[in-house]
Amino acid sequence: MSVLVYTESENGKFKKNAHEVASYAYEVAKQLGTTATAISINASKAEELGDFGISKVLNVSNDQLKTFNAKAFANVIGQAAEKEAAKVIILSSSADTKFLAPILTAQLEAGYVPNVVSAPESTSPFKVKRTVFSNKGFAITEISSEIKIVGVSNNAFGNAENKTATTVESFEPSLKDDSFTTKSIEIDKVVGKATIADADIVVSGGRGLKGPENWGMIEELAEVLGAATACSKPVSDLGWRPHGEHVGQTGKPVASNLYIAIGISGAIQHLAGVSSSKVKVVINTDPEAPFFKAADYGIVGDAFEVVPKLIEKLKEFKAQNA
Amino acid sequence: MKILVCLSNVPDTTSKINFTDGDTKFDTNGVQFVINPNDEFGLTRAMWFKEKQGATVHVATVGEASTEPTIRKALAIGADEAIRVNAVPTDGFFVAEQLAEIVKNGEYDLVIAGRESIDYNGGMVPGILATLLGMNFVNTCISLEIDGNNATATREIDGGKEKLATTLPLVIGGQKGLVAESDLRIPNMRGIMMARQKKLNVVEPTSSNSVTADVKFEKPAPKGKVTLVDADNIDELINLLHNEAKVI
Ligand SMILES: Cc1cc2nc3c(=O)[nH]c(=O)nc-3n(C[C@H](O)[C@H](O)[C@H](O)COP(=O)(O)OP(=O)(O)OC[C@H]3O[C@@H](n4cnc5c(N)ncnc54)[C@H](O)[C@@H]3O)c2cc1C
Repeated sequence: MSVLVYTESENGKFKKNAHEVASYAYEVAKQLGTTATAISINASKAEELGDFGISKVLNVSNDQLKTFNAKAFANVIGQAAEKEAAKVIILSSSADTKFLAPILTAQLEAGYVPNVVSAPESTSPFKVKRTVFSNKGFAITEISSEIKIVGVSNNAFGNAENKTATTVESFEPSLKDDSFTTKSIEIDKVVGKATIADADIVVSGGRGLKGPENWGMIEELAEVLGAATACSKPVSDLGWRPHGEHVGQTGKPVASNLYIAIGISGAIQHLAGVSSSKVKVVINTDPEAPFFKAADYGIVGDAFEVVPKLIEKLKEFKAQNA
Repeated sequence: MKILVCLSNVPDTTSKINFTDGDTKFDTNGVQFVINPNDEFGLTRAMWFKEKQGATVHVATVGEASTEPTIRKALAIGADEAIRVNAVPTDGFFVAEQLAEIVKNGEYDLVIAGRESIDYNGGMVPGILATLLGMNFVNTCISLEIDGNNATATREIDGGKEKLATTLPLVIGGQKGLVAESDLRIPNMRGIMMARQKKLNVVEPTSSNSVTADVKFEKPAPKGKVTLVDADNIDELINLLHNEAKVI
């Protein structure tokens, strides 16, 4: 009766969130007096999860699962849960995992609680803390089903190193044809650049930047910091930036270590989506902009003067600290 | 084509969130309720299928009588008929089970729900519903085309998008992108008048239990004061981010 965690990989390498959910699974296993098992699909270095407290990895090597397929992946995780007689399953908050989570929930008739921000409050009854109302509140939620699925918020629990002896077993689930009735025909994805979902730093621009022609400095700032770029909703509605960059209550959530908001007023819907970021910096000409109430650091100033200076100074800083 | 759009009745995005009864309940006092934004994009796409491809569009909500203004708004926007399951939506699994019953009985080809409700952010109703009924499912859907029995859907992924080919019957977890912000419709007088004549069927829930329950709510801790740095002193900002916040 171990705790099962799904650790996501991409091109064989574990994603950043895999270490976080593994750390979380170890913590839950400890509370329940059991061990943590990971299920991974086409991961090449499965044993590295031992650094984060995983005792056993069930690794699936299967060419049919090279491309993500929500139903097939949910099936595999469900079969691993059955094999391990797992009563608690830990998932991440990535787009792919949030896609498969409800499928797995229905298959296992489980209780699923997403957006969990900390280790369980108690395990009997099983209670977890999650964000609700788009980060405007928290709920302590009790799960009463036999199988419990916990979705951990990005960057909320963090990585906890716990060197553990790990065995890697190859796992051969049975795949059903009806899982493949939805097929991937084209993936359009930026490579070699941080994404809003897993970047440590996100640099975001708003309507204060006046037009798409002014995003050069935003991209340069992001590049210097190794950050992902984002924007406010009107900026994507106006077509200045792609919709995938829209963050906030109706866009993507941001939970980075550092969020830099440039020319963004800080409307309630924007703040709801970015407030999980640990440190927020605002650059805005208007000292009354609501973002100053939500930020940790602020500069009252013109982005067109401040950002180029910031880029220059950061380059010097990086050169010194390299 | 028969389409069901699932609507969640949620607090307007500008609402202040408070809790009551010893922090065990959401305080609806003074809160204005609206169609969940993710669902509204889906409803608007359904209107497009109605106008361009002759689809029939029904809407369904699991909620008490107090949700009817939201349902009427969807009828005023152009949905043909509405169904309300008369129950408090206690958790995502419960809601999905109620909707599954409606989809089964109504023989819908396409179900459009939102990727998540902006109140409890569960993000599970469309996926559970699809799985209970063995229907295809695409989440975080930002574009959808239907041609006969075939569907092409694009979903948002971390760092980009993915185009998928699938078939009806299909369930969508939709969001902005299904239609543009500027395509959203405000009901006009004629729509509002017509909505009064349209059928709003109220059905009782099929018995089923919730498996999760919110036992307590909390508000986020108040934010400390912002540290202002002079625009001419960028070195100070870098120093603070490096030595104090330790984020660069
Ligand atoms: C249902 C609904 C959902 C929504 N969801 C979202 C969401 O998910 N995400 C989101 O972002 N918004 C959302 N909004 C929109 C939100 O209400 C605001 O309209 C939006 O966030 C404002 O974007 P902005 O800050 O870029 O623009 P503005 O509010 O126009 O602010 C621009 C800011 O730039 C500053 N500025 C101007 N010039 C300069 C300069 N040279 N240098 C520095 N600063 C400058 C100004 O002082 C101002 O504060 C939603 C709204 C609704 C109704």
